[in-house]
Amino acid sequence: MPPGGLTGRVIRANDTAIMTDTIAVTSLPAGVASAGAPAVFARGLTKRFGAVTAIDRVDLEVPHGTIFAILGPNGAGKTTLMRMLATLARPDAGAATVMGHDLLTAPGEVRGCIAMTGQFASLDEDLTGRENLVLLARLWGFRGRAAWARADDLLAAFDLADAARRQVRTYSGGMRRRLDIAASLVVTPGLLFLDEPTTGLDPKARQGVWRMIRGLASSGVTILLTTQYLEEADQLAARIAVIDHGRKIAEGTSRELKAATGSGFLHVTLADTGQLEAARGQLARLLGAPVQHSPEGGALSGPVASAVEANRVLGALTAAGIEIAGFSMGSPSLEEVFFALTGNAEAAPEEGGR
Amino acid sequence: MSERSNEPVSAAWVTIARVARPPRPSALSNALGFGWRAVLKFKHVPEQFFDIVMSPVMFTLLFTFVFGGAVAGSASDYLQYLLPGILVQTVVFNSVYSGMGLSTDLDKGLFDRFRSLPIWPLAPFAGLMVGDVLRHLIAGTLILAIGLVLGYRPENGVPGVVAGFALLVAIGFGFGWIFIVLGLVIRTPTTVMTMGFTVLFPLVFASNIMVYPTTMPAWLQAFVAVNPISLTTTALRGLMGGGATLGEVALALIAPAVLTLLLAPLTLWLYLRR
Repeated sequence: MPPGGLTGRVIRANDTAIMTDTIAVTSLPAGVASAGAPAVFARGLTKRFGAVTAIDRVDLEVPHGTIFAILGPNGAGKTTLMRMLATLARPDAGAATVMGHDLLTAPGEVRGCIAMTGQFASLDEDLTGRENLVLLARLWGFRGRAAWARADDLLAAFDLADAARRQVRTYSGGMRRRLDIAASLVVTPGLLFLDEPTTGLDPKARQGVWRMIRGLASSGVTILLTTQYLEEADQLAARIAVIDHGRKIAEGTSRELKAATGSGFLHVTLADTGQLEAARGQLARLLGAPVQHSPEGGALSGPVASAVEANRVLGALTAAGIEIAGFSMGSPSLEEVFFALTGNAEAAPEEGGR
Repeated sequence: MSERSNEPVSAAWVTIARVARPPRPSALSNALGFGWRAVLKFKHVPEQFFDIVMSPVMFTLLFTFVFGGAVAGSASDYLQYLLPGILVQTVVFNSVYSGMGLSTDLDKGLFDRFRSLPIWPLAPFAGLMVGDVLRHLIAGTLILAIGLVLGYRPENGVPGVVAGFALLVAIGFGFGWIFIVLGLVIRTPTTVMTMGFTVLFPLVFASNIMVYPTTMPAWLQAFVAVNPISLTTTALRGLMGGGATLGEVALALIAPAVLTLLLAPLTLWLYLRR
């Protein structure tokens, strides 16, 4: 930070100065860190690894007491963004407050009010589940019996009481994940970071983790999670930020994101997948907009203004010799939203659940 | 979330969310927490005793009975010379374990959690050191016991052995930093071990642990004379067997002191920078 440099400057959302690449790392003015500040308030956060810009001038505002999802494909920069906000990586430019504390000048205070559950279970596999939690309770300052009591409360809340005395190496994926999240709650954080909380879990275990996340949020913990599953963001989050190639390309509620893509979407299922390319070209021309097809094959979709227009398009398609097995109109799925935002079907996150 | 939050706020979650935050613990308390973890590791992974004790036992038996007669005239005379050296070798080789454990912890993301806690930054390393010291004391005691059975006699008695073990812990502590630094830099635990032994093998064998340096070529004798492993072995022989001078002990302590002064700050820097 330049000595005495930019600390007094008020940084606004649309301040063009912070949109440039040359900006030095600054700290936010004290006024921003006041009581009314959101849980996370970031402006122009940037992280470079050599020549690669992993995170490119991202602004973020996470209100208190909500679940906020960062949605994006693998390699979009979700984890890097989260690690910066959790003080584990230093931004190359930009500024942020987390729980009212400046990320750069008061990382210790930030650490005091956050917890992070990384993508891979950060547990000691040799120890039992209970010992893992007791170790963390002791590190937080619980003494003697209070540390064991706290561990047992957490194990009970996360349905792990039966496995408490087993070594973590014997746990299933879902149990590890739950213990890992429990380990982040030894002292209840104001803000909990969850990096891909259900990646690699089977649907039943995923439901279990979702239930825990909702339970936590209902008790007042702000949760910032990353996910590559549209369904997960849709199910859990009040607000969703979509990240691609290190940039935030959209943000809003699930409903707003869908609305921004266009109110109506026409979905067409082909009788013969051999006609896919021909149908795609026809449809794009008729709709005057890019058309996407589902990875499963014979289904195409694109934005359409009205039922009358949909009728016209379907008529023209049939007239052109395309056989249609079925069609429907409705609002776009998040996957279609993502496609519309990135314009890149390959980068679209997979649908959750499996 | 809002329209979907059909889950009632259960009592369990209220208990979890409404805990009173305890006062921030002292650095010592943090270090003791990690020390407790090291002790638990001994309880849950008892096979590590096999790792840390078997090779020195083999070395002791092989060298005493195979080379003892050739080197020192008789197996019993040689054991008197060899055993303090084997103790040094054991401690130095076992100092690799902390680095391997650290590399594993980093690889598994465990240190990311520790690092995001508001704790004394060096506490996790203090915990590793506690594990090291315990490992050195346990391994040292077992090797000494086998030595006693085979006929080794520490002429200086219990005070000599106690002083000797203090020196062993000091040298293990110093060398431990090398592998903690390697553990921080290298991602795979097995590479830490391989690199460790690549460095340690020449140091341990080009020393006065196994043979009298007088039989070596002059250039090698020059190295052996200043090798910290030799200096430690000489001091340990003196402390346990008699005839140690203050100068010898001081020379032996130079290496651990220098290693700690240089590598402890480097460790902290590497750790905080990651």
